[in-house]
Amino acid sequence: MSAKNVVVYSTPTCPYCHQVKQYLKDKGVEFVEYNVAADMDARNTMVQKSGQLGVPVIDVDGNIVVGFNRSKLEELLSKS
Amino acid sequence: MTAGVYAARKQISTLIITENVGGQALWSSGVENYLGYIYITGAELVQKFEEHLKTFDVELEFARVIGLHRVGGEFRVDTEGGESYTARAVIVAAGKSPRLLDVPGEKEFTGRGVTYCSTCDAPLFAGMDVAVVGGGNSGLDAVIQLMRICPKVYLIEIAPNLRADEILQEKVRSAENVEILTRTLVKEIHGDDFVTGITVENLETRDRRTIDVKGVFVEIGLVPNADFVKELVALNRYGEIPVDCGAWTGVPGLYAAGDVTDVPEKQIICAAGDGAKAALGAYSYLVRLPVSLDWSDKINKQ
Repeated sequence: MSAKNVVVYSTPTCPYCHQVKQYLKDKGVEFVEYNVAADMDARNTMVQKSGQLGVPVIDVDGNIVVGFNRSKLEELLSKS
Repeated sequence: MTAGVYAARKQISTLIITENVGGQALWSSGVENYLGYIYITGAELVQKFEEHLKTFDVELEFARVIGLHRVGGEFRVDTEGGESYTARAVIVAAGKSPRLLDVPGEKEFTGRGVTYCSTCDAPLFAGMDVAVVGGGNSGLDAVIQLMRICPKVYLIEIAPNLRADEILQEKVRSAENVEILTRTLVKEIHGDDFVTGITVENLETRDRRTIDVKGVFVEIGLVPNADFVKELVALNRYGEIPVDCGAWTGVPGLYAAGDVTDVPEKQIICAAGDGAKAALGAYSYLVRLPVSLDWSDKINKQ
């Protein structure tokens, strides 16, 4: 598996965000994390990328996943 | 998950089909009545459940179940992705989902201003005017979170009075930027790319008005995820699955546990206990089946 560029947009209170981050850690996937509750620039970027106002949003090499969708993430992460 | 642990310990070949791990327990910001933990967040407790479950040989399949049918002496479980599974016994522990407003614009703008998880999404709406629909405890919890970060919060309740605990009501009433609209119904949600406003109607005067908001937090209770068992079980008037004290539904081999059932107390500890009862019930059922005891291939992906 080649290294992916993974970004997670989350809020500290969102349980699904914690689950996503735990999932990525368990899989040994490195990711950059933005707290969109505090970082308004990141919030705007997230809204622009996803067209959504909800967390978590995960960006895998430019592919956007809204919500903790395991099968979608699995698919994107295993793509070579 | 408790049912999974109990089933695994009885060495039943077990598959858990679920959309997520944790269900409603995840949403709880703090749990102070699950024994062994004086205080733990719902997310942390769920993580511990998952760790515990994973010490056993239980398979997890992430999918949404859309159908449950009896085929011969077995059950067939259909998922949204088109997969089917057969099993000799089934435990339904599907929990509840947020109740929808069922108004025009709601589906369209879900995730684009309309949200059902205020704990998740509230911070995203900092600096915006928002509406919270529902005057129960979860609605007022959302208002309290939002009134600190939003210029204006509208609280919309269909009944003449709020149902939330007095202590929450006091907090909300003392806030200057919260407007409470009782006897009020949401008629429509509108917007372009995102929500721009809602139309509400006062049920006494029949007056309609449009309120400019960018966020709509829907907190009007939960509905059981029991639609897929309708064919086999008559649901009660709340849409819950009736069970006896052994978590049995009355259909041979079909058990149910937790918030999806008619058990009156919706608590994590009660649901966990129900899960244990359901798995033990299913075990007793399986050992009495007049078939070979080789269960190794009894859950078959078709």
